[in-house]
Amino acid sequence: MDLSDSALDHLRYVAALPDLTGTRYELESEIGRGGMGVVYAARDRQLDRRVALKVLDFAMVGEAQLIARLEHPAVVPVYETGTLADGRQFYAMKLVSGARLDRHLAEQPTLTERLRVIRRVGEALAFAHSHGIIHRDLKPQNVMVGPFGEVYVMDWGVDAVAGTPAFRAPDDRLDQRSDIYALGALLNFSLPAPTPALRAIVTKAMRADPAARYPDVPALLADIERFELGLAIEAWSEPLWHKLRRFGSRNAVVLWLIAAYTLVKFLLFFLRKF
Amino acid sequence: MNKIVVGLVLGVVLGAIDGATAWFYPEARSMMTNIMVGSSIKGMVVGLLSGWFARKVQSTPWGVVVGSALGLLFAFLVAAMDAAKGRPHYLEIMLPGFVVGAIIGFLTQKMGTPGPATRGAQ
Repeated sequence: MDLSDSALDHLRYVAALPDLTGTRYELESEIGRGGMGVVYAARDRQLDRRVALKVLDFAMVGEAQLIARLEHPAVVPVYETGTLADGRQFYAMKLVSGARLDRHLAEQPTLTERLRVIRRVGEALAFAHSHGIIHRDLKPQNVMVGPFGEVYVMDWGVDAVAGTPAFRAPDDRLDQRSDIYALGALLNFSLPAPTPALRAIVTKAMRADPAARYPDVPALLADIERFELGLAIEAWSEPLWHKLRRFGSRNAVVLWLIAAYTLVKFLLFFLRKF
Repeated sequence: MNKIVVGLVLGVVLGAIDGATAWFYPEARSMMTNIMVGSSIKGMVVGLLSGWFARKVQSTPWGVVVGSALGLLFAFLVAAMDAAKGRPHYLEIMLPGFVVGAIIGFLTQKMGTPGPATRGAQ
């Protein structure tokens, strides 16, 4: 009996599905594939809730331990780790609903929203760095934006991962500054037409020389915040006309009121004889 | 600096500047001191009340509305006093007073520390 290609593909797919016998989970569907394994949606029978189950291609419990150490609102919490009947390791984590950053950006969010997401990602990175953990593979596909605006950074890297070319720093040895490079690349990716100030932030974060980048993530986030508040940023010594324009836009109301006062005074002065 | 003090200082300074513009009117130069003192006191009262309002309500649009209304009211009182002396200058006093009040109302919203947080209705 001949089997069609599609039937063969289906058989291969079914054969590759993890055997969850002996676990508390019931497989639902595959939701993603990464460099280190496959992520499935599953149901936790004991607690009657849906979870994300990451089945690792090779022994790498370290990844789960790494994430479990990061208790942060922007890091997906790990519920438990375990071993499947076939010896593969897995870990269960919160099932995050929402859209990947690249798809979220396709909906044309405002600049404020784009920067909000980047700041949330940066806060998670800063938190991880303070615990001595680096991401190593920050890219739009590893950032999820939930329906209520919640932001999650996923796929925290381990030694096996060396980053995605467009977002990977050209560093010999990956460290916190490599994540800063990736965050700059993510900022660049998130902005369709960056202003000169934002372009300067991206340029500084993505410098080839790690020492010329921001010293840490909070310094980069501080520059983004300064930009949002209409203040001068550290990454750019702006020309005078730009300083004046920024001053004008920050103080538009009071400048208009002063102009109105001057106009009133001029009119009263020149019309007083009529 | 709290908002009431900010309003007070702004009111005195802007009131004095507003009064000083009377110098451009040769007929008013002989009364410059009186005009500047009167204008400063008017500005001070408007600033004080705008600062007090800014402590209670944190809203820039409402700050501008209340500031300009106070500026207009006190400018009207000053103009009425002037008119009683036989010098009716309602427009010359009230129009700038209105705009100065708006500036004070705006700045008291933006500057100074707000009052202590109050609990909302239970």
